[in-house]
Amino acid sequence: MNDKFASWPHRVLAVVTGALRAITHLMLNIPERPMRWAQRVLGGQRIAWLFLTPNLIIFSLFTFLPILINFYYAVTGGVQLWPSERPFIGTENFQKLFACDNYFDYSTCDQDLFWRAIYNSMKFVSIQVVLMVLFSLITALVLNRKIVGRGFFRSVYFFPVLLSPVVVALVWRWILLRDGVLNAIIESMGGEKVLWLLDPSWSFFWVIFVTVWAQMGFYTLILLAGLQAIPRDVYEAAQMDRASPWRTFRKITLPLLMPNMIVVLALALIRAVQTFDEVFVLTGGGPGSATTFLVQYIYNTGFAQQIQRFGLAAAASLVLAVVLFILTMAQLRASRSKIDG
Amino acid sequence: MTHPRTSVARTPVGLIAFLFIIATALGCSKNDEKTASQPSNSTSPAAAASTPSSSPSGSAAELRMQCYGDGNECEVTRELLAGFEKKHPNIRVVVDVVPYKAILENLPIQLAAGEGPDMARVTDLGGLNKYYLDLRPHLKDPAYWEKNFGKTLDWYRAGRDDRGIYGLMTQLTVTGPIVNKTLFDQAGVAMPARGATWDDWVAATHKVAKATEVPFPMAMDRSGHRFAGLAISMGAKYFDADGNPAVVDDGFRNMAKKFIDWHKDGTMPKEIWGGSGGGQYRDGMKEFQNAHIVMLITGSWQIERLDKNVGDAFDWVAVPNPCGPAGCSGIPGGAGLVVFKHTKHPKEAALVLDYLAREEVHAEYMVRTANIPAHAAITEKGLDYKLSLAAKTSLNTFMGEVSGILPPAYVLQGYPYNRAIYNATVSRLGQSVAGELSVDNALKRITADINEAVKEAQRK
Repeated sequence: MNDKFASWPHRVLAVVTGALRAITHLMLNIPERPMRWAQRVLGGQRIAWLFLTPNLIIFSLFTFLPILINFYYAVTGGVQLWPSERPFIGTENFQKLFACDNYFDYSTCDQDLFWRAIYNSMKFVSIQVVLMVLFSLITALVLNRKIVGRGFFRSVYFFPVLLSPVVVALVWRWILLRDGVLNAIIESMGGEKVLWLLDPSWSFFWVIFVTVWAQMGFYTLILLAGLQAIPRDVYEAAQMDRASPWRTFRKITLPLLMPNMIVVLALALIRAVQTFDEVFVLTGGGPGSATTFLVQYIYNTGFAQQIQRFGLAAAASLVLAVVLFILTMAQLRASRSKIDG
Repeated sequence: MTHPRTSVARTPVGLIAFLFIIATALGCSKNDEKTASQPSNSTSPAAAASTPSSSPSGSAAELRMQCYGDGNECEVTRELLAGFEKKHPNIRVVVDVVPYKAILENLPIQLAAGEGPDMARVTDLGGLNKYYLDLRPHLKDPAYWEKNFGKTLDWYRAGRDDRGIYGLMTQLTVTGPIVNKTLFDQAGVAMPARGATWDDWVAATHKVAKATEVPFPMAMDRSGHRFAGLAISMGAKYFDADGNPAVVDDGFRNMAKKFIDWHKDGTMPKEIWGGSGGGQYRDGMKEFQNAHIVMLITGSWQIERLDKNVGDAFDWVAVPNPCGPAGCSGIPGGAGLVVFKHTKHPKEAALVLDYLAREEVHAEYMVRTANIPAHAAITEKGLDYKLSLAAKTSLNTFMGEVSGILPPAYVLQGYPYNRAIYNATVSRLGQSVAGELSVDNALKRITADINEAVKEAQRK
């Protein structure tokens, strides 16, 4: 009787295993015949397109088509949303954007806020990306060493990446307000309040600081993976040759880490040009327009006003696309020459 | 190496697969039939006969209402609609509470795409006119609406020839200042009386701030609408004789200069106007509630929120608008509930608005939300607000301000592109407060921005 009860779960298990096996066979066998047929008809090379088709359809619908529509919007005017209702105005939107007496003085431009946004974006990108790569590299190098609490620190540096950009910006806003945590600390030590978000220079500094703080963990992780992939024996050989740590870093670590560095640089660059959410919540583009970047200009022009100038916003977004394209091409070229060289 | 059972298993597995697919398909179609039959059961004649009243179309209707609240407006609307749904069990109104920003920025795009809710509580009353449903054919008594809401119905209309009824005013607002009375008492400074000028109030609040060590005497919401009240008091007309925008005149310029000076000399904190970019809205309620300012220029819609949030922390009160050379004007405004053309249930939506416009329902809404009614009969009879003494007094003060509103304020409120004027004002004066633009350059940019925006809006 005991045997009978003991074998009962085994029977259930056998039935479940059998059912799972049947389902697996089913899943494998259903596509097999059509696939064999497709391979026979299309040939080994062309069948790859068959697998790419679903993704290409989605990509065309949600990426290529919007790009084309964006081009169309950029050459039309008015406030109508439907493309068919929008009057064609040719290059008027671009002429408006580029109407300037002196490109180095944005106050002489028709669309002064557009040029201010361009200058702010360029300044932000050139400083933030350098700092981002530098700090990510230093952090990755430190976290790659055998230090006490390495696992803990790896988590700590990655933690801000897990937070929503809006949350990050809100937390820092509370810290940096006139009556925020930082000023409370300064006052408790006998200092005077600093208007961190009202002074253009300070607010620009904090925008860079907060974005580096929030995103650094992600890039650190990429570089850390690269560092761990470098074979130990290369370092051992360098040690035997009595190479100094700096020389080891310059001649071994940096060249072998270059592919990861290029990925980090490219990603950081693209993300910096696209910066919007953290800055929008942290400073709102202010004080005045001191931290208004190109994406916020596009948003303000196209969406945040009663008279929504989609055409002008689309033209500005094409300028942004050109900038991103040039940066990416330059990046690719640099990476190829580094890797080949 | 081939699995010995694969070839044997292939045929029965294929058969099982085929049967499984057929069975699933049959099962699904049966389920679909069940699901599809459910609504028709609920709207069967028997079911409809047993209810007090059905929807005009005779079938179930779900209406979506997008609602933002300054205080408890959406909650009260939802509660009042329970009474409506009891009478009309086939009509269900879903109130989607959204932030004000969604009403300003997302709703117009939804509407332009032919999407969006059936109804919404909006403040851009004239600007969204092309999407409104004319309620007249569906209202029980359009004359009741004309009689009681006649003064504000024009705000929703496209022009002088438009006689449509498009919305129910859920809030009539007047801008004006509120002051921290406790700080005045502590400082021993007398509050300037009705008729006092802006300069009188600046002097008085400075004294109070100094005596009580409050960081700032005054603040104003970051809003071109709020600024307009001050500018109109200084003589700004906003429009030329033909009704075209002519925003920057002497009155506007004088107020703009004064306003920038107030930020330079520490009368107002730079955070509110200078701390953000573009035309973003920001109010000064946090600063006022934390007693960091003596006087806040805001409006009547904040009373319910103030009453709830300040409580016994300090005494506050609304005071009459300070005066400029042209008068002591605030600016009217408000929010209204409108129905959009694309709704599939126009009759039902009109029924909802007709219900909410009923005198007893509307009065209850106004009392519970502490808003000023636009309903003539209710205004005449008066309302017994369930508020603290300070809130009641303040509400009366704001109501008293209606008589002092100067004509350009009404014209501006009825102008369909008024938010383009407000946006340019906020954006450029904000830059000036932050020290980026001189006042003269800010004024030039305001004119250019408005002209460009209006030209774009009129391009066909």
